[in-house]
Amino acid sequence: MAEKLQLEMVTPYRKVLSEQVDEVTAPGTVGEFGLLPGHTPLLTTLNIGELSYVQDGTISHVAVNWGYVEVENNTVTVLVETAELADQIDLERARKALGRAEEALKTLDSDDKQFKIMEAALQRAMIRIQVAGRGH
Amino acid sequence: MPSLKDIKKRIVSVKNTSQITKAMKMVSAAKLRKAQEAVVAARPYAEKVQDVISSLALREDADAHPLLGARGKNRALVVLMTSDRGLCGGFNSSITKTVEQFVRKNTEGYEAIDLMVVGRKGKELLKRRLGDSFVNVHENLSGNINYATAQLLGQEVVDGFVSETYGAVYLIYNAFKSAMTQIVTIDQLLPVVPKECDENTLVADYIYEPSQGDVLDQLLPKYVEVKIFKGLLESVASEHGSRMSAMDSASKNASEMIGKLTLQYNRLRQAAITKELMEIISGSESIKG
Repeated sequence: MAEKLQLEMVTPYRKVLSEQVDEVTAPGTVGEFGLLPGHTPLLTTLNIGELSYVQDGTISHVAVNWGYVEVENNTVTVLVETAELADQIDLERARKALGRAEEALKTLDSDDKQFKIMEAALQRAMIRIQVAGRGH
Repeated sequence: MPSLKDIKKRIVSVKNTSQITKAMKMVSAAKLRKAQEAVVAARPYAEKVQDVISSLALREDADAHPLLGARGKNRALVVLMTSDRGLCGGFNSSITKTVEQFVRKNTEGYEAIDLMVVGRKGKELLKRRLGDSFVNVHENLSGNINYATAQLLGQEVVDGFVSETYGAVYLIYNAFKSAMTQIVTIDQLLPVVPKECDENTLVADYIYEPSQGDVLDQLLPKYVEVKIFKGLLESVASEHGSRMSAMDSASKNASEMIGKLTLQYNRLRQAAITKELMEIISGSESIKG
């Protein structure tokens, strides 16, 4: 495939990625979707989840927090609040966060404001662990 | 005429002051480096968000989302960013001066202009003249700027705009150019300003997922947060830069002062010795004679 996608991933604190890739799979709010070169212009929000991209036959995974994706002229711009590559994840910390979130969820009522926050934290921790698992 | 002792005392006190200013300069230089890195790191994100939003604002009608169009209410909010601590040259006064000018220039355009102040100094400097228009003062933010702080401020701004309290929101802050130069910048936060570009480059059929309304709902408040975040970071970096150059010139002035005082001290000392010698000589002369 001659055509490639330019993948740009930035967070408020730094630029995470700027690569030429063949394929991107991202966790959209309405479901996971794949992007190939020549995609029509698209603007969508992302869920907490796992974003992966294929570069020369190898797949890389990134754990992303809330954000959005814009596709235009074969450039994929991913703007997320946090993004961690598989090898950057602190597995120990993620496990602890998972434990904490689970504990908190047991005690909280489901209409509590805190419930949603902890639920998101739980999801983040789970994704982190999942992504870290793939990296090794 | 000051005595020798007085001058000595002054030299010591100026020396002490210069030690403090030197130390402050060093501290600011270290902090500046960190703040500068943060600004540089945040720029790509801010630029990307800005790009996406402004092209979005261009494509959409003003009534597609509440944050895109001007509201009925003719009241403006100015968010200004100052520092919590002083001794940083013209940093705070240039901001407050700009705000005052801005308020004076726009009093006719708006029925009222409210101020949201970040930083203790801004509050102190403007309290006397514009104190009535304060809506909220945030202090002690500059120590640790993180995205959550910006989210908090952004939420407040967006709420004020959506609830139709304000028809426009402006952000006034010191943009960081270099350690020596900071530029006071007035940015229109809301309603969102569309980017200038020609019609042909526009892509007509954009796909929105899940739906246009949902995307706009999530994106636009983000835009405000990012702008505020960038403003905060730039403001902190500018503060350190400004303090560093202010302390540098203070240290220079102090060493100049010490030089002058030492000269004066030595002259006086010499005069005293000469006087004493004269007295001794004339005394011995008179005994001889």
